[in-house]
Amino acid sequence: MRHLAADRLARAKALVALYPQPRSALIPLCHLAQEQDGWLRPEAMSEIAELVGVTAAEVQGTATFYDMLHTEPVGTYVVSVCTNIACLLGGAQELLEHAESALGLRAGGTTPDGVFTLEESECLADCDRTPCVQVNHRYVGAQSAESFDRLLGDLRAGKLSDTVPAHGTLVRVQRTVGLVADRAAVAAERGAMAEAQAAQAARAPAPAGGGA
Amino acid sequence: MSAKPGEMLIAAAERAGTYIPRFCYHPRMEPVGMCRMCLVEVDSPRGATLQPACFIAVAEGMVVDTTSAKVKKAQDGVLEFLLANHPLDCPVCDKGGECPLQDQTLAYGPGESRFIEEKRHFEKPIAISDLVLLDRERCIQCARCTRFASEVAGEAQIDFAGRGEQVEVSTFPTEPFSSYFSGNTVQICPVGALTATPYRFTARPWDLDQVESTCTACSVGCRVAVQSSSNRLTRLLGIDSDPVNHGWLCDKGRFAFESVNGDEVDAGPLPPALADAMVDVAPATAAQVVGLGASRGQFLGEAHETGLFEHGRLIEPQIRVEGELVSVGWGEALAVAAAGLQGARHAGGASAVAMIGGARLTNESAYAWAKLAKGIIGTDSVDAQLGDGLPADLALGLPRATIDDACAAPVLITLAGDLREELPVLFLRLREAIVGGSRLIEIAPAPTALSGLAAATLPIRPGDAPLVARALVGDEAAVGALSSHPQGSALATGSLAAARAVLSARSEGDGVVIVVGRPSYAESGDVVAEAARVLAGALPKATFLPALRRGNVFGALDMGLAPGLLPGRVSLEAGREWFAGAWGSVPATTGLDTAGILSSMAGSSDGDAVTALILLGSDPLSDFPDRALALQALSAGHFIVAVTGHPSESVDNHADVVLPSAVAHERPGTTTNIEGRVSRLGHKLTAPGFAWPDWMIAAELAGALGADLGVSSANDLADELHLTAPAYAGLTQSVLHSDVAHDGILVPIILGAARRADVEPIDPVALPGVEAVERQGAPPRVGMAGGDGSIDIRMASLVDAPPLLSGPGPAGNASAHVPPADSYALRLVSGRRLYDAGSSVTGSPSLTPLVPTLVARANPYDLDRLGATTGDRVRLRSARGEMVLEAEAAPGVPRGTVAVDFNVPAGSDGPANAVSSLIDSRQLVTDVRMESV
Repeated sequence: MRHLAADRLARAKALVALYPQPRSALIPLCHLAQEQDGWLRPEAMSEIAELVGVTAAEVQGTATFYDMLHTEPVGTYVVSVCTNIACLLGGAQELLEHAESALGLRAGGTTPDGVFTLEESECLADCDRTPCVQVNHRYVGAQSAESFDRLLGDLRAGKLSDTVPAHGTLVRVQRTVGLVADRAAVAAERGAMAEAQAAQAARAPAPAGGGA
Repeated sequence: MSAKPGEMLIAAAERAGTYIPRFCYHPRMEPVGMCRMCLVEVDSPRGATLQPACFIAVAEGMVVDTTSAKVKKAQDGVLEFLLANHPLDCPVCDKGGECPLQDQTLAYGPGESRFIEEKRHFEKPIAISDLVLLDRERCIQCARCTRFASEVAGEAQIDFAGRGEQVEVSTFPTEPFSSYFSGNTVQICPVGALTATPYRFTARPWDLDQVESTCTACSVGCRVAVQSSSNRLTRLLGIDSDPVNHGWLCDKGRFAFESVNGDEVDAGPLPPALADAMVDVAPATAAQVVGLGASRGQFLGEAHETGLFEHGRLIEPQIRVEGELVSVGWGEALAVAAAGLQGARHAGGASAVAMIGGARLTNESAYAWAKLAKGIIGTDSVDAQLGDGLPADLALGLPRATIDDACAAPVLITLAGDLREELPVLFLRLREAIVGGSRLIEIAPAPTALSGLAAATLPIRPGDAPLVARALVGDEAAVGALSSHPQGSALATGSLAAARAVLSARSEGDGVVIVVGRPSYAESGDVVAEAARVLAGALPKATFLPALRRGNVFGALDMGLAPGLLPGRVSLEAGREWFAGAWGSVPATTGLDTAGILSSMAGSSDGDAVTALILLGSDPLSDFPDRALALQALSAGHFIVAVTGHPSESVDNHADVVLPSAVAHERPGTTTNIEGRVSRLGHKLTAPGFAWPDWMIAAELAGALGADLGVSSANDLADELHLTAPAYAGLTQSVLHSDVAHDGILVPIILGAARRADVEPIDPVALPGVEAVERQGAPPRVGMAGGDGSIDIRMASLVDAPPLLSGPGPAGNASAHVPPADSYALRLVSGRRLYDAGSSVTGSPSLTPLVPTLVARANPYDLDRLGATTGDRVRLRSARGEMVLEAEAAPGVPRGTVAVDFNVPAGSDGPANAVSSLIDSRQLVTDVRMESV
């Protein structure tokens, strides 16, 4: 049973074709599925496993490793507040506490209406604007308590929908302009890899001992 | 010291006698450097640095310190770290007492922890499969289990999830760890994180006795350590045998020991009368009575009258009186058996007596029964295979490959069923070879576990194997016939080109190993045999691994338990003179095979009628692929003696005399595996009740028949065997018990080849104490030469002995008689599953739930034609019978065929082997009509 929508499935297959090893497309495909559902549903992980030729347990293993891949449902907007040292000095702890009371939840939780998920995050690499915040992986700059409340209001009202897409995730996997891999070169590389493997196998047939 | 090129430091050090502590390193898997326990100080241009010994290869001039203060500090740190979150529940942990974490903490640890915080907690235990439970708190994240699943078994159903201190071994929610090899992860787990349900909380390791033995669940012959407590088996562990199993076992081999304990029946509380009789015996179920060692037999009389042992083990001789089996003494049972056999012989000559079975026996017992049947009774109608094998002369005569040969061969051809289902550890070995570069050509009627790795897959319909084989070896007429075949596209002429390309550089068959078994039990073995002969003829330098699966079927065939054969791989004709000298007489003519015996009993064949049958641990109603014929034969009122350890439909309903026999682990002896490797069986248990070893029953029955088998012990048999059976010449007891026989000995012995080569270190972490088993057993070493464990094998041939079978036997053209495909019918394919309705699975409570549901798998095209889809009920109707099953759309099943598993029941009632009701053994193939219901 297909879970990915037709256009995403086509994109997924194109992504798989970009890499000499299909499993290299695992993480991009996770982002693709997350873009569709907001989080990685088990059905999506099963389908990704099939597409890249690994087991569903391996997809789950990879997805649970990375914070940007969600294996539990999250809100439409995932609000990440950095509490690393630079932001901490800039008032991140106070901002996080304000965010918790403004949203009525603890970091890691989701509002009952399913709009916001609040995350306490490690360094977001925006240290010149502290305390820094990301929404759906888009920078929204340094925030004070007041600007944070405005941010929530704007997000709720849909005023930021141009820059912060709902259930947004990385756009990189959808990129079709700029530096795009040359299909012919990838295909040639695949062929060369297969030949090299065959040659290697011919040189050392069947390591009967296994292990080291 | 010196090392092999690329050898890891930890392995080289171990060979040189320096043990470096470790958790994650396993010699049969890729290193990961996860646990950091093996840190050692290695000299480098920047000075001495700590490096993991499992992860760096030995280099020229390397200076390593494994015991420096810095190393000690690192070991202290690693162990303190590993124990920070470890629950230290050793007193209630199954691993306690044999735990590498416990042992290495004691040997290398700091002794104290500074960690006073709350430990991390997980829900526990969680069942990651029907057989394996996971305790995530005990886990030290060594990745042994996950690496086993992905690298060795090739199915990563478990993997690490999470990160940092929250890392846990995890299955995917919808996909349990349903691997046939899951038990291996329990064995190699260096802590108590993975436990197996059959062993969990049943014993403490220091209370267990163990012997080294060979698994006889199938014919691969994996080496095992058999452990028991109070005369009950508790556990089997795989032992690393380099030429055979590499330490791995399948779950059937590992857990089917439950059927030996015979505790399948839990009939609830005993009847009051019986419970009252058990004064000082607390456990109060029938199963426990059987298990109470010393109490065994104490209450047998009463228990039997209540019928409590209906499905457990057979423990008393029985005879049928007025339709019911009643318990009697051995003397009476043997007298009745002898009278019945003698009566048949007097009335119809020696050939009126027949014998079916023997693959569950030891070599010695098989020899004893062969001698009884062929030398004393004088019948050649003896068959250890039940229509589910290959012609014996072919199986024994083809140039044999070893498992190592198959793994080293650049090109493998399989013409067999799914090896993961039939010979699981052979599958692991071949899979490793194919992943490592061997190229596989698979000829199979349905997708198998190896299909995804094959360089070319040739899907065949039953009956087509010889044609495909001819096309594969370049017979242009066959290629033409294939392309104009009605199912031409389904036969994938494209993959034929790929397969021929793989084979093209090997026109003589040099470097080709062919695994030939039974792709389908609904197709005559003669068809496969013809295909094998085609391949043998066209590829004269190719060698063969005959994939017959029954436990000791190769031992039974080697001992002459097949028509036209005598012990030691010689034909009846060639060995007539030799064995007439040894035994006094041999049958005059070649006898019947199982199909012939059953046909004769059923009155449906010409010639001398069989009127008395000995069932040697066999159950034709379940095992023979034609239930209607078997039922007719057994119901015809002939005299039937059953020699068996387990009840079965054939025995319960049709035997006139039941002689209870000891089963695996209850008698010593030897077994012969798929490659002709003879290895020893451990004797761990006393057989329950009044069961005897099979050879003893043969000897006593000979006595009751007024003859003398000439043996009074298993040792007598072993001594006679190597002097009589030509292929086993030189296989003396002292050879078998010497160090060279540790991994078994290939027969016939080739002088000089029996010496064990370089012994790979086994994994001490996975085999607590097992390596010392052989020494503990104090084996007899009569006639041993030298103190270095070497032995001189001088007598590897017998003077004037008959020649061994060789060559594939006469070519047949069975396939010429395969009827053309009927476009309205589907050709039936029936392959085996690992967990089937055989007594070892149905007698093992842990495995019984794993028997699959029987479905009819067909190509979606054929289902569409009926308007049916997955989940619909369909009726299969053959000339023999009909049955209704759920349909399953399977794109891998070729059009025009339908696949139904062999020896799997269709429901709770009805025969164990449902599909055999459809199969007609008189036909080469079975066609069925599929209809919607």
